[in-house]
Amino acid sequence: MPKVKALILRTAGTNCDWETEHALRKVRAETQRIHINRILEKKDLLHQYHILVLPGGFTYGDDIAAGKILANLLRFHLEGEIRHFLQEGKLILGICNGFQTLVKSRLLPALDGNAQEATLTFNDSNRFEARWVYLKVCSSKSVYIQEGQILYLPVAHAEGKFLTRDEGVLQRLRDASQIVFKYVNPEGEDAEYPYNPNGSIENIAGICDPTGRILGMMPHPERYVEPFQHPRWQREGLAKQPHGILIFRNAVDYVKKNLL
Amino acid sequence: MLTRIEVFQKRHLPDHQGEQILSEIQSLGIPGAKEVRVVEVYLLEGTLSRQDTERICGELLADTVVQDYSFNSHPSLKGTPVHAIEVVRKPGVMDPVEYTTLKGIKDLGLRVDWVKRARRYLITGKLTRDELTTIANKILANTTIEDVFIGSDGVSYRRPSVGYTFQKTSVPLLKADNSRLSEISSQRQLYLTLEEMQAIQSYFRSLEREPTDIELETLAQTWSEHCMHKTLKGLIEYHGEVIDNLLDSTIMKATRELNRSWCVSVFRDNAGIIRFDRNYNICFKVETHNHPSAIEPYGGASTGLGGVIRDILGCGLGARPILGTDVFCFGPPDLPYSRLPKGTLHPRRIFKSVAQGVRDYGNRMGIPTANGAIFFDERYVGNPLVFCGNVGLIPRNRCDKEAEAGDLVLLLGGRTGRDGIHGATFSSAELTGESEVLSSGAVQIGNPITEKKMTDLLLEARDKDLFHSITDCGAGGLSSAVGEMGKELGAEVDLDKVPLKYSGLSYWEIWVSEAQERMVLAVPPQKADELVKLFNSEDVEATIIGRFTGDKRLRLRYQGNLVGELDMSFLHGGPPPLVRKARWTPPEHPEPELPEKGDYTEELKRILSSWNVCSKEWVIRQYDHEVQGSCVLKPLQGVNNDGPGDACVVTPLLGSKRGIAVSCGMNPKYGDIDPYHMAASAIDEALRQIIAVGGNLRQVALLDNFCWGNTQLPDRLGGLVRAALACYHMALYFGTPFISGKDSLNNEFSLGDKTVCIPPTLLISALSVVEDVTRTVSMDAKEPGNLIYILGLTKPELGGSHYYHIHGYIGNNVPRVDTRWAKKTMEALSKASGKGLVRACHDCSEGGLAVAAAEMAFSGGLGMELSLKDVPYEGDTERDDVLLFSESNSRFVVEVRPQDTGAFKKIFKGTPCGLLGKVRKDTTFVIKGLHGKPVVHEDIRWLKEAWQAPLRW
Repeated sequence: MPKVKALILRTAGTNCDWETEHALRKVRAETQRIHINRILEKKDLLHQYHILVLPGGFTYGDDIAAGKILANLLRFHLEGEIRHFLQEGKLILGICNGFQTLVKSRLLPALDGNAQEATLTFNDSNRFEARWVYLKVCSSKSVYIQEGQILYLPVAHAEGKFLTRDEGVLQRLRDASQIVFKYVNPEGEDAEYPYNPNGSIENIAGICDPTGRILGMMPHPERYVEPFQHPRWQREGLAKQPHGILIFRNAVDYVKKNLL
Repeated sequence: MLTRIEVFQKRHLPDHQGEQILSEIQSLGIPGAKEVRVVEVYLLEGTLSRQDTERICGELLADTVVQDYSFNSHPSLKGTPVHAIEVVRKPGVMDPVEYTTLKGIKDLGLRVDWVKRARRYLITGKLTRDELTTIANKILANTTIEDVFIGSDGVSYRRPSVGYTFQKTSVPLLKADNSRLSEISSQRQLYLTLEEMQAIQSYFRSLEREPTDIELETLAQTWSEHCMHKTLKGLIEYHGEVIDNLLDSTIMKATRELNRSWCVSVFRDNAGIIRFDRNYNICFKVETHNHPSAIEPYGGASTGLGGVIRDILGCGLGARPILGTDVFCFGPPDLPYSRLPKGTLHPRRIFKSVAQGVRDYGNRMGIPTANGAIFFDERYVGNPLVFCGNVGLIPRNRCDKEAEAGDLVLLLGGRTGRDGIHGATFSSAELTGESEVLSSGAVQIGNPITEKKMTDLLLEARDKDLFHSITDCGAGGLSSAVGEMGKELGAEVDLDKVPLKYSGLSYWEIWVSEAQERMVLAVPPQKADELVKLFNSEDVEATIIGRFTGDKRLRLRYQGNLVGELDMSFLHGGPPPLVRKARWTPPEHPEPELPEKGDYTEELKRILSSWNVCSKEWVIRQYDHEVQGSCVLKPLQGVNNDGPGDACVVTPLLGSKRGIAVSCGMNPKYGDIDPYHMAASAIDEALRQIIAVGGNLRQVALLDNFCWGNTQLPDRLGGLVRAALACYHMALYFGTPFISGKDSLNNEFSLGDKTVCIPPTLLISALSVVEDVTRTVSMDAKEPGNLIYILGLTKPELGGSHYYHIHGYIGNNVPRVDTRWAKKTMEALSKASGKGLVRACHDCSEGGLAVAAAEMAFSGGLGMELSLKDVPYEGDTERDDVLLFSESNSRFVVEVRPQDTGAFKKIFKGTPCGLLGKVRKDTTFVIKGLHGKPVVHEDIRWLKEAWQAPLRW
């Protein structure tokens, strides 16, 4: 049986590639961690894969703005290849720095495609924060997760505050059900800091593109794929289904069903 | 052409950085400032059209969703008057963003020749020139590395163009008398003693020539206290006895006598190595970076971290960094400015900058920082301590290395600049009020991404067998790295081949520069091409700069000219052994007579609020402790993920249940009474934390880091001898060998004729292999109705305690390690947690039983009903305050389910173990005294508030 193949893109400062690979291998994807220089040399490399993952990290040190340099590489040097990749119905997942990159490269939210419609900027606390957050899945638009669930995952970032260019963009995101994750309290209600760790507008933690095949999220699903990665397992017991694994399993299942 | 670009937050959006600066200005007592906005300034040198500049702004430098930009003009602020302060790094001080900006512009298909970044602060309000200067110097800039321009329209900076014309320089030494020798040493900042200068003189007399500058520099670096540890490896006269090599006869001796089969490499490599599992070993190293952190805390701390990571990368043939630990000692953050000595930075500023430095470097490297401690004492104001630790994972067959004659010397990673010249010699000297001026060259600025790129490929090169040996370029730069690796072989280096950040460096500066993110490899010639190609494929520079020869000489050339030649045997055989005197006289502190009270709730809250005990969440959350997905027992624990964990536990192999626990122990307060018991207590504390989380003593490795004052003074050195003796005794007693360590001496700060010595400070780090992490135990109280026990013996040991401290006393009765019970208690507890009988456990340390129990309660969100009646006690008359706050060692507070108490008590039969009480349903925390009446009574929310408030920044 053909395998689901995932490309984990890395470059200077990527640092969540190992654990992302671990998560994908747990759901039996075939993975490779590949440096962007290899793709720039041989652009059709991308087409051997079904899923492109932009993992977390500090690409190029987050200098100037988080994800900016990598975003421009995607925009100005790999635009055609990525468009082709998407036209084939394939998936892109951006986690944390990967999400920042997708937004700054305009692959998300991709309402019009030309202008930068949203950004991820400095947390209201003006500092890097690592903490676990509750996420409500607000839409079934994305192929990665079903609406209605509450997930518990860690965030770790300094620039995670989601903002749109204007109210119009936000309204269109709502209308098109592109808001996938919102930060909530344990009861699943809208809540403020620290539940919303960065001050994102409407508590937005993750969005997808209009096709649902590109997902960007600030929380790290790859950090909760083993039961003992939970911060309170000594208290609450070992979970049967660590929440992070869902994202990867759904992606792999989608590929199996639609692309193999 | 110079283009000036300014990028700033859109006017209608808040500027959080500006708000933070504003509140700091106000806390300086300057009420005039009303608003602060921050502007990023980029100066680009090159030919750019207006459209090019527009593109650079719109597509690269500004995030147009939230930012506006302008070029060649200034944005204005509404409301007058507006003051501008511009801060820019001095020429030659590295700024990674400038490199990234160059790349970003190139990626747009454009080109500029040079980028300089600055920050412009626009401050609205009525402010005097003096106030602006104060704001600039106290908040916005560090004038050691940055220039400040106040009230200007923005300064135009120019690309520095410095040429260098080679000229070989000799130093006339052969005919120098003693006073001239000393003069040469101090003028050239060599920090060599007269005896050492004499040894150098007679070496060159035998060669019948004068030394060159680079030869003297090489000797000074290699012979520095920092690199050679000549005090602790020299001769010490101690109470009529002569100790030859203190480290070898105490700490290393214990390791030899214990002779554990799982110790793979000890005190030899850049880090100690122990066995992990069938395929892997674990290595561990802790370093200090004190003096650079005093001068420039952000750069000092981040490069300290970068340095210890390179120790791990350079351990064996290279290990993968898997965990960071950080321990700091600072002055109190609330120190009044009036008590701040001239030439020092305020402790609060040092604290914030150090934490940011560690955060920015560790997070970018993708290494979880999950263990650490912070200790405060006013004696650290002028001389803070920054300990950085790192743990690595290495395949078992990659732990040995040896350079061979004929191997090439390859320099990897960052470029060489003037940063960090004389770091090794500087760190071996005493700090003074002028240090920040004299030693600005010793400041290093790091670039974690350069190190990360290097790390990614080093491990690949290791697994492809592309090199024979590796070491990091740390203190002393190339001089130490090449000198050390070529010790038995000899080496020759062409200094003009070293890639430079900018021109203008002389050959000796290239040789001793401590520019960061560099490593030296010994590469067999037939593999050099493949290795260089591999690194270049991900934009990492790798340059062949010389060769290991086999003739046991060090030969240095510049543009073909021989500029230095030394025998390796002289360089490393080294200086005449140092002879120091040591004496120990126990100090006498006033012994307090505190009246007994009926209620100690206030005392408990005051201790919970003390700087040393209070919550460090503000720092911990800024570190990414979950990157790599490995942290399975986190530094913050409990129902709200905010309680203070003991050791942390990580699983370096994802999916595996095998892990390591890492902890630290330190209490300089005890050192004021007796460094022997301070050291023993630190070891006990580090081990306690390992045991508390469910570990055991079977495979625990220890690290020692001594930070001491001027050991030329016999009383200071006497204390150090006592601490080392305790390390020997305790390592043997617990069966826990030391595998690595480091010392940093001369931690004193002098201003005029007044000298402040830091408290004797010994950090003990412990690392243990945990067979099954699903057996580990967290510290938060779990369920109502569970029973709470105290393990271990409580004694009237309040000397150096926090209880005495809040009353202004030190006292004399310092906690000791009771060798009748300590090990038995720990072994029994390991057994109980191995059987799953322990629901929660917390070690009793600063603040004693009361603090430990309170922390468990509020972390679990549950109250407790406890009594002091059955606390196992040994000593004179029992008192409630002694039982509550004594800091006796080897004690634990444990939570056990009612159904498990039988099995639990059986394990502790014959070992001190007393029932304290139980976990309540509600949030009331009560401790009843010996007479049955409550001596502590408070809602846990208020206890937690007391504990969290101080560092809620």
